[in-house]
Amino acid sequence: MGFWDSILGRSTPPKADLDALFAVPQAALSLQTEGFAPTGQGAVCYRSGEGGAFATVEQQAEQLIATDGSQVARTDDTYGFRWFSVTKPPGDVSGLVTDLHAVNSSLRDAGFDQALLCSTVVFTAPEGRRMALVYLYKRGTFYPFVPLDATHRDNALELQVRGIVDADITVEQDLSRWLAIWGAPGL
Amino acid sequence: MARTRFRGDSGLTLRMGGVSLGLGALYVAFGAFLIYASGSAVMGIVIVLAMSWGQWYFSDSLALKSMGAREVSPEQAPELHAMIDRLCALADMKKPRVAVSVTDMPNAFATGRSPNHSSVCVTTGIMQRLDADELEGVLAHELAHVANRDVTVMTVASSLGLLAGFITRWGMYLGGGRDRNGNGGPAFLVVFLVSMVVYFVSFLLTRSLSRYRELSADRSGAYLTGRPSKLSSALVKISGDMARIPNRDLREGQAISAFFFAPALNRESVGALFSTHPPLQQRLDQLARVSAELSEPL
Repeated sequence: MGFWDSILGRSTPPKADLDALFAVPQAALSLQTEGFAPTGQGAVCYRSGEGGAFATVEQQAEQLIATDGSQVARTDDTYGFRWFSVTKPPGDVSGLVTDLHAVNSSLRDAGFDQALLCSTVVFTAPEGRRMALVYLYKRGTFYPFVPLDATHRDNALELQVRGIVDADITVEQDLSRWLAIWGAPGL
Repeated sequence: MARTRFRGDSGLTLRMGGVSLGLGALYVAFGAFLIYASGSAVMGIVIVLAMSWGQWYFSDSLALKSMGAREVSPEQAPELHAMIDRLCALADMKKPRVAVSVTDMPNAFATGRSPNHSSVCVTTGIMQRLDADELEGVLAHELAHVANRDVTVMTVASSLGLLAGFITRWGMYLGGGRDRNGNGGPAFLVVFLVSMVVYFVSFLLTRSLSRYRELSADRSGAYLTGRPSKLSSALVKISGDMARIPNRDLREGQAISAFFFAPALNRESVGALFSTHPPLQQRLDQLARVSAELSEPL
């Protein structure tokens, strides 16, 4: 947002950073040594726009991913965001990330990268809880999310995860941006 | 190759640039004129600029107080906070403070001197009337105002008009003092007249700038949510309601209209020049264009 943008009242939408997602398999290895197990579930959350162009892109992405035997589902949450969830065999984190990237890049190539909100890769914590590694596209950063029940989250475990994956991925420094995603698929 | 569907409206940008340029030129010319015409205006300039600075600096708390709004925590309004959280994550901006005003009037506004010191306020009336998607469209519009720094721009733009208005109103007394000294009488009259003209012109320009910024915020907001139609339906709902609740006293309105040459004067176009918001139809047309752009194959 420069001076001229203020004067002229135009705000350029931020670009989504897609490539950082490929660092997740490395973080998954670090997490596995600490007892976390990948569930093979992941999702891309985006704002589904109106109009025919958006629906076409979604269908194309779904066909693209379904060809390599992944399970694909699309669900809408109460905030009007759509979750494009992908399920792979539990060990295959890099395959999962490739699929998620395919969804992202389809949306981006169609000009909808502004609609991307976040992406999740789900793990099972040693105590049996679900933990999602959430990727914020616009920030290019990750943060962990561990729901306890419908409205509480396990902050202690989240901070612990931050310590584990800090060397592998860029963790969001601003804790106020660690948004809760209650009811995300796989959690 | 990253492509984006977001398209600026070059016509809108051009018009906004033109108006800003006009205001800037007026600013400089008026300032030069004042310095040339009289030294005593300096006090007025200082007072008015200090006033508009204060208004800008304390804009968020002032606006919230005047609307009787209070800040709400995520525990008090979880839905509203979650909505704004997500929109801020989409737009990658700092979350503003969230306030709610308990009034039946459906309205929402954003205020604050910078994106780091801003608040978004909605009334309980708007939350009752709009569904979640429509409210989100309205919030995206308000967040666009924050991102565009509209409070700062409008304060700077309108402070000149404030100064000119100040001189037209209080200049009589200042000028009267000078008159007793036997000089500056006619000079003061010139200052007074020029101030009046400047006040009028800057008023028109400020209003048109405000209308352009509204259109621009509509546009950014619609691209942010990807659902321009939801903002359209929110606008129709709110404007319908707002239009139905009159602000003017019934008797006053009738009495004055009687003196108007109603058929001779196109009151709608005159009204459009003076209003801070563009006409509903213009906003809906723009949103329809955004909607068409979004559904084109790229």
